[in-house]
Amino acid sequence: MDWLNAGVQGVLLGGQYALLACGLSLIFGVMRIVNLAHGVLAVLAAYLSLVLVQQGLPLWLAIVVVVPLFAALGYAVQRGLFNPALAQVGQDAAGGARGAGELAPLLVSFGVAVALTNLLQEVFSADTRKIPTGDLASAGLPLGDLSVGVLPLLTLGVAVAVIAAVQLFLARTSTGRAMRAVADDAGAAAMTGVDPKHMYAVATALAFATLGLAGVFVGMSTQFSPGYGDLVLLFAFEAVIIGGLGSLWGTLAGGMVLGLAQTIGAQIDPQSGVLAGHLVFLAVLVVRPGGLMPRSVQA
Amino acid sequence: MSRPAAVPTITRGGRGSLVGGGVMLLVVVLLAAVVPYVVTLGALSSLVMLFALVILGTTWNLLAGYGGMVSVGQQAYVGVGGYALIQLADAVGAPPWLAVLAAGLIGAAIALPTSYLVFRLAGGYFAIGTWVVAEVFRLVTMRIDGLGGGTGLSLSAFRGTDRVERVAFVYWFALALMIAVVLGTYLLMRSRVGLGLTAIRDDRVAASSLGVAVDRGRRLVYVAGSAGAALAGALVALSTLGVTPGSIYSVSWTAAMIFIVVVGGIGTIEGPLVGAVLYWALQQALAPLGTWYLVVLGVVAVGVVLLAPRGLWGLVAGRYQLFPTGYRVGAVAPDATVARRAGE
Repeated sequence: MDWLNAGVQGVLLGGQYALLACGLSLIFGVMRIVNLAHGVLAVLAAYLSLVLVQQGLPLWLAIVVVVPLFAALGYAVQRGLFNPALAQVGQDAAGGARGAGELAPLLVSFGVAVALTNLLQEVFSADTRKIPTGDLASAGLPLGDLSVGVLPLLTLGVAVAVIAAVQLFLARTSTGRAMRAVADDAGAAAMTGVDPKHMYAVATALAFATLGLAGVFVGMSTQFSPGYGDLVLLFAFEAVIIGGLGSLWGTLAGGMVLGLAQTIGAQIDPQSGVLAGHLVFLAVLVVRPGGLMPRSVQA
Repeated sequence: MSRPAAVPTITRGGRGSLVGGGVMLLVVVLLAAVVPYVVTLGALSSLVMLFALVILGTTWNLLAGYGGMVSVGQQAYVGVGGYALIQLADAVGAPPWLAVLAAGLIGAAIALPTSYLVFRLAGGYFAIGTWVVAEVFRLVTMRIDGLGGGTGLSLSAFRGTDRVERVAFVYWFALALMIAVVLGTYLLMRSRVGLGLTAIRDDRVAASSLGVAVDRGRRLVYVAGSAGAALAGALVALSTLGVTPGSIYSVSWTAAMIFIVVVGGIGTIEGPLVGAVLYWALQQALAPLGTWYLVVLGVVAVGVVLLAPRGLWGLVAGRYQLFPTGYRVGAVAPDATVARRAGE
């Protein structure tokens, strides 16, 4: 029964990882940037909602504030930092000035991650926190002999809804089409009247919005600290790679595989959960480097 | 002026390099023969950290600057080096200098098989993949019996050695090691292999089409860069007399390497030297402010990448090259200013 319980918890945990990974996957899919500040930004969202809740706002209202705020932040970060960094990649490809070149976006995002992590540490200290959720965190639904947590179930539901919404947005709306066009060939898209810089910023805004939402859910279910962003980044990344690049549903499957590996690993030895997740990720890399569901849908 | 214009002069180095080399020689002599006798023991230990930072920056630059690989996981090898040193010096009983060198070799030996794993990932995903590997190293180290679990190990090989003698030994040894690593990197980049690596840095596809073995070159720099990180980790453990898994496997080592290389000037040998001195000076000056210095470092790194992507050294390189690796074709135009510009 313990094993079955570990399995169910693992699948549910996968929902949280998939929700976290969504933004990482989207930014990479559209502009080939790996945002190393992804994890600490999720933690920033958790701190913001914690502050809002402590000011007396109900949790749902905190989410309503944080998500658009993060979308705006995403737009600004893309315009102010990532687009100039991408311009250097272009210069490098055109044989321009030598320098950071194609590494520029990666290095910029790492600089942001270091600065933000330590800024959070100065402001909030390194103590672990958790967003108070009343009964929600401990509430459970009886399922046979098992008790399934309401919060993890809710997180999984939100993850599925967000992934479905992003997929629909990319497939059906004109902005989504323009975004896919820019991802395929920014130059050609620009000739048809799409502004790649704006489109990149819209993509990052969308990615940051999902990241803000994910961060709040992390904050509700986990004891977090500024340094927790590192683990968030690694887990989100592992979900993306296990699932297969460019496939959001694959990322959901990847998140579940990772969650299962962690809970089953922890069942075998309570201290080995995270290590088991890393090892499953490395095993997938060896056996199936394309991931479980490679490129079924291009983001 | 009467020379035929068809014969260009080909030079390597030049007067600037000679002057720069002389200055560097002077600095090395000062560091070796004067500094140890005029500063405190604490300052000497702090300088050992500077030498370790130079090694870290120089070897991370091999990876990112020449191999095009941004690894965020070099702390894996810093940790391996630190633990290997203590095991070799204490459990095996090797003399400390030999244990440091062996720790570097162990780092290389572990990096070779690891490279086959992480090379399956490209670009940014390589960066995070190496980070996962570093986490695995840390978690596995904590679980191996005899490595002290979460509290780490302390070095006892120096027990009974006079403190002055110990600090002086570590200082001179670290200085020699740093010079060896920087000179070794310089000689590597001057060699045929280095020419291939420079080509890979400038354009991987074009280099490959001209017959440069890109994969082999990248693997070589990954292994060499990891050996350097392990040497630095061993030096740190030797200087601080111990390791804890949390600090020796900390991603902040990689943050330091990235800052040193990016701010100093990526893809040059001189850049990491400048960057390491700056990082070390900032660390010393801003230490009372707690983690604020890391906030400053992060912001400065972002600013340099966006505004001066060739780093501080890039602002002067071309005019001066302390480590001339390439040849320059000097045009023999009659107008001296034109010739000078072509030489740049």
